[in-house]
Amino acid sequence: MNNNAYNINIFSGGAELLFDNKRHYNIDLPNKDTWKLGDLLIWLRDNLLSERPELFIQNNSVRPGILVLVNDSDWELMVSSDLWYLICSLCQILCKYAPCP
Amino acid sequence: MAANEQKIEKLQDEINQLREELQQKERELFDLKFKKYHDNKYCLGLTATDIMRYSRQMLLSQFSITGQIVLKKSRVLIVGMGGLGCPCALYLAAAGIGEITIIDYDEVELTNLHRQVLHGENDIGIPKILSAYNRLKNLNSNIKIIPIHTHANSSTLTDLFKNKTFDVVVDGSDNVATRYLLNDICVLNNLPLVSGSALQMEGQLTVYNYNKGPCYRCLFPVPPPPDTVMNCGDGGVLGPVPGIIGTLQALEVIKILTKQGGVLSSRLLTFDACEAVFRNVKLRTRNSRCAVCGDDPTITSLIDYEEFCGSSAHDKVIDVDILRKDDHIPVKELPSKPETLLIDVRPTLEFAMCNLDNSYNFPYSYLKKGKDLDKLRKKLEDYSTNGSEVLIICRRGNDSQRAVLQLKEIFTDLPLKFLNVLGGLYAYSNSVDASFPIY
Ligand SMILES: [Zn+2]
Repeated sequence: MNNNAYNINIFSGGAELLFDNKRHYNIDLPNKDTWKLGDLLIWLRDNLLSERPELFIQNNSVRPGILVLVNDSDWELMVSSDLWYLICSLCQILCKYAPCP
Repeated sequence: MAANEQKIEKLQDEINQLREELQQKERELFDLKFKKYHDNKYCLGLTATDIMRYSRQMLLSQFSITGQIVLKKSRVLIVGMGGLGCPCALYLAAAGIGEITIIDYDEVELTNLHRQVLHGENDIGIPKILSAYNRLKNLNSNIKIIPIHTHANSSTLTDLFKNKTFDVVVDGSDNVATRYLLNDICVLNNLPLVSGSALQMEGQLTVYNYNKGPCYRCLFPVPPPPDTVMNCGDGGVLGPVPGIIGTLQALEVIKILTKQGGVLSSRLLTFDACEAVFRNVKLRTRNSRCAVCGDDPTITSLIDYEEFCGSSAHDKVIDVDILRKDDHIPVKELPSKPETLLIDVRPTLEFAMCNLDNSYNFPYSYLKKGKDLDKLRKKLEDYSTNGSEVLIICRRGNDSQRAVLQLKEIFTDLPLKFLNVLGGLYAYSNSVDASFPIY
């Protein structure tokens, strides 16, 4: 069994075009002392995105029009001034497009 | 052909006349039947018909007669009579909202009917607000429906808000520019905005600018890059998905008007139709630095939203023109080239819906990703022994141009000339064979 503690549910809910049209991923992250949300987003970009990564990450954050939800909360509520919320293995991440159309 | 069109026009006129006559008689009948209940000596603020008609919602303790009287005095603006606006308007009219203003510029198309449930087969070609008006009036003749046939933009909405007041605005639009426009006008007029969206198998719903909650700009200060925004015409949508979201919008409107609390502000309801899962997501609160609703706003009047978003305020596709003149072939020449290889670069899903005889499907997305290129090479190599032109076609003639560029680059070694069929299958249907379905 994999000994790392980070098994994370990723839902592309709405943004699946970026994620190879798959809606759900169960990922094991490589071992690391702490995983922060910012690291995770970069990891997602490098490992899960099928094409055009610039449509997911721009200037080290998610691009305009994508809402990242962690455990059913707007990530903005967790990061406040510090953009890099510490994630735990119970995290569920949901990436949504801005409501449109 | 011309005779046929004349016949259509004549029938249309006759039907319109008959419909008007029928409507008149139906209203007369309704009035006669219910006249005896019009007096209201037994009930304050409502007619006896109102009491009977709306009794099932007035029996709710949260709603009661007070709620019904509030609805009767309320004015709601619904922007867009599409997949969201139709069910929303239907339920609001049925609930007895006193005045409903509906705005839309489009005409009813056959492709609308599976989800835009106010419009029927006989409404094709007429403005959506007109067919919606007729349907809503038939449902409830006691309320005021104000149809406005216009494109919602800064100038038309400024005019509208000069002459009229509203209590709630419903966003049933289909593009980012209109979303920012409605957001800003609602913030500037201090109105709640009930915002919904539905695409493919996903729906979303939230109320902006209500009770210290965020506005659309608080969540999305910067518009998304135009090329990342999908519309129903490209992505598709299952009818009940906007049906559910539009109906929920009507529910939020009623809750806001009757001050019941529990309004979906600072929260986002997401609906995953595939898994039948609703999620209720907590959103940030109002951003004090928001450009429009913040403490020191920089936007104090409406701006040019198409410019702000870098995209136009409709969901129509903009034609590209990226090839040289001699890289094109007019669609009319297609029937005279039955031996020429015709590659249809639409997605396999669309190809399966309808396709031209002898066309070969190789999606543009495969070209972009480099998928199955060896198969395509084989096909092209075989063909190059007896042909030299390859025709590329798609739905509207845009992807086919991009495909021509790619093909030229990938297969430089083959003695082939790749030509774009101008205007794609749309043009084929329009100028070669009208029985090819336009979708
Ligand atoms: Zn705001």
